[in-house]
Amino acid sequence: MHEMSLAENVLQIIEESARSQNFRRVRGVVLEIGQLSAVEPDAMRFCFDSVMRGTLAEGAVLQIIETPGAGRCLACGATVAMQEQYGLCPSCGSPRLQITAGNQMRVKDLSVE
Amino acid sequence: MCGTCGCGGRDVLIGGKRPVRGSGVLSFRKPAPAGVETGHDQESTAQLRIIQVERDLLAKNNEYANANRCQLAGQGIFALNLVSSPGSGKTTLLVKTITELNGALPLAVIEGDQQTENDAARIRAAGAPALQINTGKGCHLDARMIAQAMQRMDLQEDSLLLIENVGNLVCPAGFDLGEAHKVVILSVTEGEDKPLKYPDMFRAADLMLLNKCDLLPYLEFDAGLAVEYAQRINPDLRVIRISAKSGEGMAEWLDWIRAGCTKTAQGRQRLAQTLE
Repeated sequence: MHEMSLAENVLQIIEESARSQNFRRVRGVVLEIGQLSAVEPDAMRFCFDSVMRGTLAEGAVLQIIETPGAGRCLACGATVAMQEQYGLCPSCGSPRLQITAGNQMRVKDLSVE
Repeated sequence: MCGTCGCGGRDVLIGGKRPVRGSGVLSFRKPAPAGVETGHDQESTAQLRIIQVERDLLAKNNEYANANRCQLAGQGIFALNLVSSPGSGKTTLLVKTITELNGALPLAVIEGDQQTENDAARIRAAGAPALQINTGKGCHLDARMIAQAMQRMDLQEDSLLLIENVGNLVCPAGFDLGEAHKVVILSVTEGEDKPLKYPDMFRAADLMLLNKCDLLPYLEFDAGLAVEYAQRINPDLRVIRISAKSGEGMAEWLDWIRAGCTKTAQGRQRLAQTLE
């Protein structure tokens, strides 16, 4: 996954929020990154600092909440915990798992002044 | 610079020209608006407040992708996003596809590479119009680049649009371009376990072309195992064993394309009738 352009998207969301919510400085950013979203939190942190330099979010503290992956077995309907994008249903062994949680990448909230 | 793949996305060229800088996913870092403090040194005593944002990082890309998809549907264009690692034989396969179709189907190609016009030149030499997008340090195409490229191309109604993404088995998986299908190309000179190593792409694709199959007699590559791994990631993945060199599998691939084009054209006709 492309953390650099995702970090640019974070900045864009921050700038749009700054205009609509009328703030001038961002001190903290909370991202929600699903375990199945293929974003490396460390790479995101590195890119975040680099992209935010010289902007209203320079020096902002980045918090990444990693949300666990889950899926539903399309064969037997079981709910399955997923650490990877693929796997076998522990109940019936089917590989037909549909991801239901853990693939999101969202800006959750901002601490602003 | 991206810690994962060195991508940066600030040097994009579409057809050799800089795209218009705007508010899209390609936007470059804008200077902070007037009155905005940017330094650390200005100690602030203002009170912090929390703003709920809840916005998807790919929301902007997905908006462009949806707009592209609507435009493609309205014009009856069947668009494929071809993805693979570098060196899988994508461009050679495209050239062979264009040659075999032999003008029977109107088509155009968007080529994505970090640098050079080489691939677009190869496509044009094969007789198809091609626009090159150079992503600079960027490691994938995004939907806004495709929107801009489509504006600059004279796309025909009821045609085929082949988008050759930047050679990269990781980053392009997450970026919807508005295509009908992602087609992943795996060549038999790679490892059988690539689908397990890079599952995102195989999960995102609807069709896998197992390319360079003419080389199988000279390699220890286990084609059955590669297909098994790929379908372990994506049980619905269709696989065509193909060789741009020997022509093996080309008929099946071309039939798949023609069927997609027919369905897309029918969709456009239905849409036009509904709107009448």
